[in-house]
Order: sequence, then C-alpha cells, then structure tokens
Amino acid sequence: MSELFTETAIVATLAAMLRLAMPLLLAGLGEMYGQRSGVLNLGVEGVMLLGGFFAYWTTLSTDSPWLGLLAGLAVGLIMGLLNGVISVTLQAQQGISGIGVFLFGLGLSDLLFQKIVGTPRLIDPLAQIEIPLLSRIPVIGDFAFNQRSIVYIAFLLVPLSMWALNKTTFGLNIRAVGENPAAADSLGVSVARTRYATLAIGGVLAGAAGAGLVLTTGSFQQNFTAGLGFIAIALVYFGAWRPIGVMLGALLFGFIQALVFQLKALELIPVSQQDLYNMAPALITILALVAVSQRFQAPTALTKPFSRGG
Amino acid sequence: MRMAKGWRLLALLGALALVAGACGGDDDGDDGGAFRIAIVAPSASNDLAFSQSIVDAVNAIQAEMGADAIEIAITDGTFVVEDAAANMRGYADDGYDLVIGHGSQYGSFLPEIAEDFPDTAFAWGTASDTFGLDNVSAYTAAADEGAYVQGIMAAALSTSGKIGVVGPVDVGDAALYVQGFVNGAESGGADVAVAFTGDFGNTTLAAEAANAHVANGADVMTGTAQMVVGAVGVAEQQGVLWFGTQSNQTSLADSIVVSSQVYKWEVVLSDLVEQIKDGNLGGQTYEINLANGGLVIEYNDAYNLPADVRQAGDDAVAGIIDGSMSTGL
Repeated sequence: MSELFTETAIVATLAAMLRLAMPLLLAGLGEMYGQRSGVLNLGVEGVMLLGGFFAYWTTLSTDSPWLGLLAGLAVGLIMGLLNGVISVTLQAQQGISGIGVFLFGLGLSDLLFQKIVGTPRLIDPLAQIEIPLLSRIPVIGDFAFNQRSIVYIAFLLVPLSMWALNKTTFGLNIRAVGENPAAADSLGVSVARTRYATLAIGGVLAGAAGAGLVLTTGSFQQNFTAGLGFIAIALVYFGAWRPIGVMLGALLFGFIQALVFQLKALELIPVSQQDLYNMAPALITILALVAVSQRFQAPTALTKPFSRGG
Repeated sequence: MRMAKGWRLLALLGALALVAGACGGDDDGDDGGAFRIAIVAPSASNDLAFSQSIVDAVNAIQAEMGADAIEIAITDGTFVVEDAAANMRGYADDGYDLVIGHGSQYGSFLPEIAEDFPDTAFAWGTASDTFGLDNVSAYTAAADEGAYVQGIMAAALSTSGKIGVVGPVDVGDAALYVQGFVNGAESGGADVAVAFTGDFGNTTLAAEAANAHVANGADVMTGTAQMVVGAVGVAEQQGVLWFGTQSNQTSLADSIVVSSQVYKWEVVLSDLVEQIKDGNLGGQTYEINLANGGLVIEYNDAYNLPADVRQAGDDAVAGIIDGSMSTGL
C-alpha cells in the first residue's frame, strides 16, 4: 500500500481527479442554472454527445482543437435553445422531454459519426498548459497547474457562477423565477426569457463538457459519455443547487474514480475484485447524495411550467 | 400560448411517422435465392474492435460468394439488450436465413426468440452454449492465443519492464485476451498491471486507465473493446507502444501500434452458412483460433519491429499451433 503514497502516485491520482471532474463540473453547473430557474433538463447526456461529436468532427476537419471546442459550444447553445422551445414555450413535461433530447443526441451523434467520419481516428487534443510560477509549486503545481485549458475553464466557472447567481440582477432573476415565478412576473421579470437564458447557458456548458471529453482523450466513440450526463444531474442535487456544492460532488466522484484506477495500476486491487470496485464512485456518490440532499430544498418551481394567470 | 393537446398529439404522431418512414429498410422481401444474413451488434459496425470483426467477416463471405448470393442486413449500436432482442426478433420475422446476435450479453433472450422461430438459424457469440436448441449455434474466440503471442513480444519490447492492460469487463473473450496477454508478458519477465474499466464503450475511463499505467512506468500497453480508442490516444500522446485485438488498430496510430490480433470469423461463418443451406440450422459450437486461421497476428509495417522480437512472435504462434506452447488457460 505504500506505493500509493509516493509523490508520483499522488500527483497522478489528483491530476486524474481534476480531469475526471471536469465534464461533471461543466455539465453540472449548466444543469444547475436551469434548475435554479425551475427547469429540469434530463437531456444533458444527449447534448454532451452532440457537443462531443461536433467538437471531434470540427477538430478532425480543421486540425484545430479550439475550433472544435467552439463547435461544441455552438451545438450546445442550439440544443439549449431547442430545450427552451420544448420546456418553456411548448411547456412539455420536462422529465419526458429530457429523455427525448437524450435519445435524440445519442442517436444523432452515432449516426453522424458513422456517416461522416466512419472508422475511428484520433484527433489532436487541447494542449497541456503549464501555468507560470504556479506550476513550479511542488506536488500541487504538478497536478493542478499542468492541465489542459478546458480543465482550468471548468474550475474558473465556479467562482464566476457564484458571483453571477448571488451578486447580479440576472442571478436574482434566476432565483426568483425558480422559487416564485408568479411573483417574479408581477415584478416585471420575464420568466420565459430568464428560463431561455439559463437553458442556453446549460446547453453551452453541456456542449463544453462533451467537447472537453473528446478534446482530452483525442477520440470519439459511440455513446462515449456512458452516463456522465445523468451523474452530472445527480450532482446538482448533491451540491444543493450551489456551484461550490456541484464542484465538491464532481471532485468526490473524480477522486474515487482516479483512486480506483491508481489502485489497479499499482496492482493493489486483485483482478477478480475489480468489477466490484468499479461501482465505488457511483455508490459513494449516491450515499453522499442521500445524506446531503435531505438538508436542502429544491427550487420550489422546479419542473413546473409557468403561464401568466395559469 | 399553449398548444392545444390535440395538436400536440398530432404533431407527435406526425414526427413518429416521419421517423418510422425514415427508418424503414428495403429488406422487406425475399430477393429470390440469396442467403440472407442479419447481424445485431452492440457497438458501431466500424468500431475497429468487436462489432467490426463480425461485419468484416460477413463482408468477406459476401465477397467470396458474390453479392447476389449473400444478402446482409446490419443493426449496430444495440448496447441496450432489449433493443437487440427486438431487432433479432424482427429479422427472424422478416425471414432471414441466419440471424447473428454478436454479443455474449444477448444470451439472456436468445432461447426465447429461437424457440419462437424454429425454422430460422441463430448464431451468437462469444459464447459456447447452444441452449440445447437445434437452431442455435455459438461461436467463440481463443483470444488468449494471440494475446499470449503479443504478451511475449510486449515483454521483449518493454524497457521499463512494466506493461499496462486496459480491459472492459472481466468476461468473455475480453477476459481470455487479458489473461492470455498477462501470461505471455509474465513469461517474458515483465510486470503486468491490469485495469478493468467496467464499461465497453467509455473512452474516458479507458484513457484514465491508460494514464494510470503510464504514470506508474508502463511503456507498453494493450487493451480490448471499442473503448480502447481512448487508451490508444493516451498511448500515442505519451509515446507508449500498443498491441491491438479484435480488429487491426494500426490506422488509429501507426507510430505506436506494433501488431493486432485480428478475428477472422469468416473461417467459421462460411461453414455455418453451408450447414444451414444443407438444412442443419444449429446445435454446434465453433471456435476461431490460430490453428484454423480464425485468429491472425497482423503486424504494422510502419513500425520497425526488431527482427528477434518478430521471430519470438512467430515462434510463439507456431508453438501454440503445434501444441508445444500453452497459454496457461
């Protein structure tokens, strides 16, 4: 077990933790915006898949991971607005429509991959960036400040989201619309516009999450997200609809996954028991979710469509 | 403004009709004599791994027998078992001569469908159980054989003495491949670490398993299932050598792929087709291996493999075929 506490193993585990937390954090923050305004979007996974595919295809076509990232964001924006039409304008049942968006993204990303790309090929990932001075800090610098740009972006969005939600008029509107849309409406806040805005943000961040995965591994495969979008939704509940909470949940999940991989690579988990250990991240996160979520209330208007006078 | 419920329902039905129309195939009738094969596969038919191996095999049979003699229908991406069941039942209902369920996870529903269509031949794999049914055949791969050969070469190429294996779930031919590779590499004196991700398609987990191996000094890696593109990406970025399996993975990264164990299912499928044509619909278990040519080690010509390592690989193939060498499984 002492191998696990060498500097190499610690740096590798914590660096993997940040990489694994990145897509959950991006998608989770995006979902949090929507839920704070009263809209549940179960289609996150589908948007991630589409964002990932377009990021992959654009990078494959242009050799530019940054253009790929932009393509992922743009597709996410379109899907977010589409979700707005479904959930806000058409006032569809949010749970069911979200599943529809997921299935749409799953099917379309696979279809486009097979028709446009065909056989899997590797693409250039986003470059690893060493932050000057900070990357020289022993241990911390090695795992925290020597990452790909999308990882930095994900974690910088946490304080930005805290500020946006708590210190701006836009954030106040989001919270008002999510708690009491009728009251917000009577004060002149456009419920529809606010919800469209949060769903657009959510779409962009889900697209970024999918793009981030593709641009980190340099690869795309059918259904490559494998349920991460749904875990991100669970982390919003775990995080009590707060940016810092979502981040802690993503880090917890990422850490357990990274630790299990490190234990396997160090041959500290017998092969015969590995399938059992693979369940640990989800299991521990669910237990934490149950423990934490009982202490916080969901936004009052969550999943409830709003129509003036209705 | 709310859309009236009736209109919403109509719009939904319209959309469903459009989708159904778009999805409709052109395989709705007998074309007068062609042997009709349907494949249901869990991942993409061009995944450079498991699903592609069976698609390549059926295409090879068609190329050999002629496009007029063999008709092929493929439904891929059916990682949801219920979807696979519906598609296999649909193909049987459409009168296909041979319906192939290419996934060991499909055994849960296959007996029920096979009993409902006693005049249709079914095959599934990797598996060895025909459920005692006369219209079910099973096929499997001795994946440990090529794995053992590649393990020997991996040990010879590794300078750190550490090798990493990225596996999906410890079942079926994946388990055989992993254990065969470990045995081969350990026979060459290497220290081999195995990381199963618990998933067949998750490229991110495969990449992180590979990252963990590299961090711990692995300079040669291998892996199996369609998720390995993530691991190969890491290997290429880190300059770590890679051994592939199921399909030839050289095209993924020709600078680091040394060789691939390629499945040639056509070796057993051609016999299966002949048996069905003769009225024997099933009851047999087939295996592809190095001896019958169902498993082939395909080398990457772009990689400059040292002659002595290549010779060690060729010797291992010959030894397994003539029985003088065992994979230990």
